[in-house]
Amino acid sequence: MQSSLNKTFFYNAGDMVAFMARFFKEVFKPPYELREILYQCYLVGYKSTFLIGLTGFIMGVVLAIQTRPSMAEFGAISLIPGMVSVSVIREIGPVITAIICAGKIGSRMGAELGSMRVTEQIDAMEVSAINPYRYLVVTRTLATTLMVPLLAIYADIIALYGGYIAMNIHDKTSLQHFFVAAMHHLEFIDVFPAIIKTFFFGWVIGIIGCYKGYNARRGTESVGIAANSAVVASSLAVFIIDLIAAQVTDLIS
Amino acid sequence: MKEEYNDTDPIEKAPEETTGTAAPDETKGTAAPGEPTATAAPDGSSPGETPPATTPDPNLQPTEPEPVSSGKGEPIIVIKGLYKSFKDHNVLCGVDLYVYKGENLVILGKSGSGKSVLIKCMVGLETPDKGTIEIFGQDISRLNYDELNAMRVRIGFLFQNSALYDSMTVRENLAFPLRQHKKTMTREKTESTIMEMLDNVGLTDSIDQMPSKLSGGQSKRIGLARTLILRPQVMLYDEPTTGLDTGTARGISELICKMKDKYKISSIIITHDMPSAKITADRIVMMRDGAVYAEGSYEELERSDDEWIKSFFY
Repeated sequence: MQSSLNKTFFYNAGDMVAFMARFFKEVFKPPYELREILYQCYLVGYKSTFLIGLTGFIMGVVLAIQTRPSMAEFGAISLIPGMVSVSVIREIGPVITAIICAGKIGSRMGAELGSMRVTEQIDAMEVSAINPYRYLVVTRTLATTLMVPLLAIYADIIALYGGYIAMNIHDKTSLQHFFVAAMHHLEFIDVFPAIIKTFFFGWVIGIIGCYKGYNARRGTESVGIAANSAVVASSLAVFIIDLIAAQVTDLIS
Repeated sequence: MKEEYNDTDPIEKAPEETTGTAAPDETKGTAAPGEPTATAAPDGSSPGETPPATTPDPNLQPTEPEPVSSGKGEPIIVIKGLYKSFKDHNVLCGVDLYVYKGENLVILGKSGSGKSVLIKCMVGLETPDKGTIEIFGQDISRLNYDELNAMRVRIGFLFQNSALYDSMTVRENLAFPLRQHKKTMTREKTESTIMEMLDNVGLTDSIDQMPSKLSGGQSKRIGLARTLILRPQVMLYDEPTTGLDTGTARGISELICKMKDKYKISSIIITHDMPSAKITADRIVMMRDGAVYAEGSYEELERSDDEWIKSFFY
């Protein structure tokens, strides 16, 4: 029983690695399906702006409000903008954005491709001599890889604005002053690794969502399973990448 | 071992090598003219008996099946000794089959007899465990991915549920294969080709509709139009009339014949719908337990005394 489970685990792991490796083989091959990539960027990026913006805003507000009492105790109210900016840009912004995208986009991709598998649409592409991997997986994964970093930057900016609003509940500060203070505490090593890791977050959300959907078994139940497991696996992968990124950043700095 | 058949023989009797479910000794000379060729059951029992659910002994399968010309030219599809199993379940147990140019071959059989798996093997959606599938003289299993895709362009496949891309309109569904394969085609030519295909299936008005708004019969017609748009030489229909009312099913069957005549397509039609088989079939092959059980024209099979064959007609 145990050996059978191990066999299944290693088989699935190997299958997923092969699926991921195929991306790098297919991504450089023409045709590039630019139209589909742009459409997916629209779905992944533009269609997520409200949700990401709202989350970012709440994140900034909560962070500023929650830290204020402690900072006030030490007479360090003026450090709140810097504290908010470092927390948001280094860690909270990218990770929260990635988790939201894993939930919203990963599940959509898992369900969409799972549904296409179940209704034989992927097979229909295959028998029409159209490469479904290139058309469905490469385009979607590229879209998430490009859009998640942009969404993370957008979330960072909105979160800082939220922090500014929250700070003005008790204290008076101008927007310009808040942003200057926030930027003053940021260094290159805070920003650059944070942006780089969001590309990995985006890639892993896209590829795992597609993998789960693309390999859904027959039957409608598998669509739900694909969507669910896409969210769980990609969220976990985001945290693992974040851990690795933190270690690497620590080594560099 | 070759056997010649002439056009006057009403039975499109496959040679022992191609019907392939019994040892040659058991079938040789058993089919009299005017009667369907009912091959012995895989275990060697007579056709009238119910064969056991167990796998037929592969040793009983012909080792070197070789279809012969029957005055219709060389077969364009030749399947020899095809085996396919999923885990412990044997789905295909030594299928031998051939299809001539311009012929409509109907494959009849009950659910689970391996019909759909057989045509999926023909387009590379499933990989057979053993045996060969030659289409236009090329063995499918020996083709690399690009060669297989080149072959797939020449083969159309209509899925049971049509498999229309539900995120695209009817126009986009039809334009999609053209965009992928006819990159130099102008926009006007693409549009006129789409309109021609929709006109063929009588659904020009549905061009801007989403697949979710189409009825079952309309979906089948659009699916057919999408498949035909690349002008395949061979069409594979997976239960084209399943789930349709009698009138719509008849319409689809007539459309299959119309397309065959118009574009000179050879077809394999998987079905268990007898009215559809009657309309579309030039020849019928009956499958049972993953092997060819009998073959002949509709009328010949209808006259059969075999209880299992008769169960399809009454």
